[in-house]
Amino acid sequence: MGSLTLNNLTKSFGKTEVIKGVDLEVRDGEFCVFVGPSGCGKSTLLRMIAGLEDVSSGDVMIDAARVTQLPPSKREIAMVFQSYALYPHLKVRDNMGLAMKRAGASKPQVEAAVDEAARMLSLEPLLDRRPAELSGGQRQRVAIGRAIVRRPKLFLFDEPLSNLDAALRVATRIEIARLHHELKATMIYVTHDQVEAMTLADRIVVLDGGRVAQVGAPMELYNDPANTFVAGFIGSPQMNFLKAGAIGLQGETVGIRPEHLEISKETGEIPGTISHIEHLGGETNIYIHTEPHGLLTVRLFGEHHFEIDAPVYLTPDPARRFHFDAAGDRMR
Amino acid sequence: MAMSARSSLPRTVAVHVALITYTLIALFPVFVIVINSMKSRKAIFREPLALPGPGTFDLVGFQTVLSQGNFPLYFGNSLIVTVASLAIVLVFGAMAAFALSEYRWRGNLLMGLYLAIGIMIPIRLGTVAILKGMAAVGLTNTLTSLVLVYSAQGLPLAIFILSEFMRTVSDDLKNAGRIDGLSEYRIFFTLVVPLIRPAMATVAVFTMIPIWNDLWFPLILAPSEATKTVTLGAQTFIGQYVTNWNAVLASLSLAILPVLVLYLVFSRQLIRGITSGAVK
Ligand SMILES: Nc1ncnc2c1ncn2[C@@H]1O[C@H](COP(=O)(O)OP(=O)(O)OP(=O)(O)O)[C@@H](O)[C@H]1O
Ligand SMILES: [Mg+2]
Repeated sequence: MGSLTLNNLTKSFGKTEVIKGVDLEVRDGEFCVFVGPSGCGKSTLLRMIAGLEDVSSGDVMIDAARVTQLPPSKREIAMVFQSYALYPHLKVRDNMGLAMKRAGASKPQVEAAVDEAARMLSLEPLLDRRPAELSGGQRQRVAIGRAIVRRPKLFLFDEPLSNLDAALRVATRIEIARLHHELKATMIYVTHDQVEAMTLADRIVVLDGGRVAQVGAPMELYNDPANTFVAGFIGSPQMNFLKAGAIGLQGETVGIRPEHLEISKETGEIPGTISHIEHLGGETNIYIHTEPHGLLTVRLFGEHHFEIDAPVYLTPDPARRFHFDAAGDRMR
Repeated sequence: MAMSARSSLPRTVAVHVALITYTLIALFPVFVIVINSMKSRKAIFREPLALPGPGTFDLVGFQTVLSQGNFPLYFGNSLIVTVASLAIVLVFGAMAAFALSEYRWRGNLLMGLYLAIGIMIPIRLGTVAILKGMAAVGLTNTLTSLVLVYSAQGLPLAIFILSEFMRTVSDDLKNAGRIDGLSEYRIFFTLVVPLIRPAMATVAVFTMIPIWNDLWFPLILAPSEATKTVTLGAQTFIGQYVTNWNAVLASLSLAILPVLVLYLVFSRQLIRGITSGAVK
């Protein structure tokens, strides 16, 4: 109950093409996360799935039924917005119940559904307040509750946590993961925060300029990126890109994650000087200036001490190198 | 740096002097009308700026106005015309503004420009054509003709101001409504309109005052006894040879009242509307 298929979906605003042919299968019960840099079309794609934005060509299918022409309210979806978007004039209870009421459910049915959703999110004490009387975190929980009430086939989230502070973001993230487990519902979640993407997703869809750059489980993308875009986007600190010719390797670019770059004061393949060190407690990030690769990052676990401007040598782990061709695609 | 612009004393004094001077100048004619409306005819001419005293106090103007002439009728006409025009301007202006700011369709920009032209071209330029048109459809000497003209006069600015405010209403909120199955009308009336209430009040005041005060169109389109408005009615006391100044001034004083009441109703929202852009 709740699979989604996108067939060669495109969208243009006037002459600019924003979504350039997206094909995607989301299985029933899957938690699918769209990530990508700002402006790559994540929200637009999500709004097209919701029916809030017309599609220029292609099809949206929910449970194998073509819904491309259906209005949002007929698609059996629910959406949680970054700005909460609660109805300011309605109490929390009525905010949550509105969709079911509009769909023609009886009063006791609506009440039962609202109470059930409120119980799952511990919203009972807030039911008789208005949105203006809630904190940001409470508002977002109510917005999530409003989505649960109608038991949609598909949950759509558009950066629901980006207006919350760091601690609340973690708590709400865990709550969303728990809800997904409890409801076993299909969820599509847009974010540009890769921690959210990595921790929540069953599958991640990386978007780049309106195209799908790669689809896969979080660790698949991390360990087996298909191109330089995905390799650079997933993982923090970012993957280092070395010029393959300069170190006698095949391909155009060689990617190596900061934790797979060995640092030594005496000897190694790539000489450089330390330009900056970040101590994070559990790990230490060292930024090293090298020729001709530019600034490279080394990630060490635990505490380490180096002098700034000291000469050091770096050696990539040969088993962990990724080779990319001139177009940025992976060479296997 | 030590003293911010806001709290500097000479500046505060200067601002207050300027504003008080302006207020005095603006209120002076109103003040003269009101005090003279309560004086005897002789007193009006002898000392036009004196306050009504024991010897000069006289309500004959108000008595004349309320007994003679159809003053309550004129008053009613003015109210009907103003309220009806205001309602039409607000409802249709807001709806047009919503359509212009919310939907993307071919010719959206052109339509917006077309509707905005009315701000720059005074409607009085078309008086002759309007009169011919009204005569052709048999609407001369009806309140309907006035309502139509005033709606046309008020709509351009209303649409212009309101569509700017509509753009500030969160898209997410409207989209949430769409997903929950609200019709576009429900979204407009229950979600959007309440959020732009201050702007609506601003538009209401700016629309209402010129309509209430207008003399031109009532004189041209509806001068009959049954359709006279207050401003036109007051003219009946101005004769070619003798003018009943008591009555003229009394009727003008009375005409101020409804505008004052409506202004007070809208003013709190109005101030929020005017300042909201600046504060945010
Ligand atoms: N209504 C519109 N008219 C014209 N262009 C638009 C419109 N909405 C979005 N765009 C363009 O489409 C592109 C994708 O926008 P979208 O909002 O989907 O980005 P996003 O991936 O969600 O970015 P972010 O992470 O910043 O939210 C952007 O370049 C944007 O300028
Ligand atoms: Mg977005």
